[in-house]
Amino acid sequence: MTHPESAAEFLKDSQKAKWHDETLWFVRDKRDKVSKGIPEWEQLRELASSIKDNVLANLADYLEEFERNATKNGIIVHWATDSEAHNKLVLEILQKQDCTAVVKSKSILTEECHLNSYLEKHSVEVVDTDLGERIVQFLKQPPSHIVLPAIHLKKGEISELFHEKLHTEKGNEDPTYLTQAARVHLREKFFAAKVAITGVNFGIAETGEFVVCTNEGNADMGVHLAQVHIACMGIEKILPRRKDLGVFLRLLARSATGQPITNYNSHFRNPSPGKEIHIILVDNGRTAQLAREKFRNSLKCIRCGACMNTCPIYRRSGGFSYNSTVPGPIGSILSPGLDLKKHSSLPFASTLCGSCTDVCPVKINIHEQLYEWRQEVTKTQGDFAKGLSMKLANGIFKSPLAYKISGSLMRNALKSLPNSLIYHPLNIWGKNRNLPDAPKESFQQWYRKNRS
Amino acid sequence: MSSREKILSAIRSLTLEAKVLPEIPNFSNSGDLVERFTQAISGNKGEVLSKGEFEEWFSAAGFSKVISLSAQFSELATLSLPEDPHALKTLEVAILEGQFGVAENGAIWLEDTQLGLRALPFATEHLVIVLDRNLLEDTMHQGYEKIAATHSGFGLFLAGPSKTADIEQSLVIGAQGAKSLRVVLV
Repeated sequence: MTHPESAAEFLKDSQKAKWHDETLWFVRDKRDKVSKGIPEWEQLRELASSIKDNVLANLADYLEEFERNATKNGIIVHWATDSEAHNKLVLEILQKQDCTAVVKSKSILTEECHLNSYLEKHSVEVVDTDLGERIVQFLKQPPSHIVLPAIHLKKGEISELFHEKLHTEKGNEDPTYLTQAARVHLREKFFAAKVAITGVNFGIAETGEFVVCTNEGNADMGVHLAQVHIACMGIEKILPRRKDLGVFLRLLARSATGQPITNYNSHFRNPSPGKEIHIILVDNGRTAQLAREKFRNSLKCIRCGACMNTCPIYRRSGGFSYNSTVPGPIGSILSPGLDLKKHSSLPFASTLCGSCTDVCPVKINIHEQLYEWRQEVTKTQGDFAKGLSMKLANGIFKSPLAYKISGSLMRNALKSLPNSLIYHPLNIWGKNRNLPDAPKESFQQWYRKNRS
Repeated sequence: MSSREKILSAIRSLTLEAKVLPEIPNFSNSGDLVERFTQAISGNKGEVLSKGEFEEWFSAAGFSKVISLSAQFSELATLSLPEDPHALKTLEVAILEGQFGVAENGAIWLEDTQLGLRALPFATEHLVIVLDRNLLEDTMHQGYEKIAATHSGFGLFLAGPSKTADIEQSLVIGAQGAKSLRVVLV
């Protein structure tokens, strides 16, 4: 399904769609308020962006430095060119431990690699331990937002789900009650798991350590009780120095949810005595994106989700409408790099208003890249109808007479166009949009009457 | 060619324009450190207490399973630190000493030496961190400056109790980890 088709699905439940829109806007508003409390906010964004520029310009060196230092610290470093290689590595580590049940904290990378379904195929039970992720996992759905995985669900639906899966009281929708039930369920899983998988927020070349941020503490509950910790990290997550974390941790949670920092920010440098830490450095299309000069900047992303919360399209179409692991504006510039054909409608899922670019903590020029991807999509796929109308418009704007005539035609047409034509199924643009009221006269006519 | 070589050579085959790694200025914010820290912790849904307030709360609650790694409150312990973190499953209170705090966000730095067992601050039902009020830093920049040269096997900036808003964005305290955080400023 294309983005407009899936968005129409989402909009069928108009009350829920409205709640979704308003709730995400509330999160965006919290981000605004908390960022205004930091006088150097704009300087921090600039710094973060420049640090990432430096990382991308020296990525191979930093990766080697990270590997060297991590190895010195007793961490076992693996490399994976694609999702298949990544999944195989994870399975091998699990098999070596005779582990058939694993706990996993939030990791967009493992979603991207479809690790869960791969492991399940090989008879390994995977328990996602972030509450939102556990909810969508029970429903056999992917997360619909990278920071708020279950934002598309209402508490009534979660209550029903927990009644079925965790035997909570029927009809009890109290979030505290439901969260407590999940706590009891997940703590059983934590205390039983031999291996825990986490994502990585930042890897530090200088020290060979890596940092994982959560609010629930679920990543730490998993890894400190398990014998083996597997950390899955995209190669772009490197930072040069430990002190760079000061910049990024000040930006991350404020941009994501409007909190000054996540409650748990764990720095892993050595395994505990007698335990193992494995880190898998994953490419999966990142070096290809690095090679695309116009789109290279997208690799600066720290997965805060601010661009989703602010996006008028995301808020009104829901995460699933993008049909991509990372939805929203940033997903719409990352995913076409992975599969242009599959994701060709995503660069058009934007008004190009630029709000995503304005809130991005690492200053990715998201809306400009969306525009650039549109050129790429059109180049490869062609779009005859659109090409024709553009040519027509070109002729109209070139000739003053043609412009005048077409203007008057349009003013009349807007008044008299039958709705059946405007809202014709073939005219995707007409969906959920109303035409403006046409003015009676042109600006020239008005000016002559009133000002001359 | 191994995955490692493939990835590194794919990157090295690109001509990438040099970009300078910027220096980070020593940003500082104004305002009283204790006041800002206290406000930040309460914003993160923790609580800052005086020694007296803490002792009052503790004796009223009547806990039976307590581990204390704080020299100041060692007499409150009812259990010693176990070998195996799985023994922490029913622990009610852990009392730890923080290295330093950060005023802008309430984050407290803890390392292996303060933790004993890495699972301790997460697995316990209630967490108490004892912190010297003279050991507050302004922002994360000063925080990282302080630990720049230290080598911690595991270290963490902890800023509040375990919390979630994954059910309809309603904030709930006590998700998977500790259900409460009390910071005793001494």
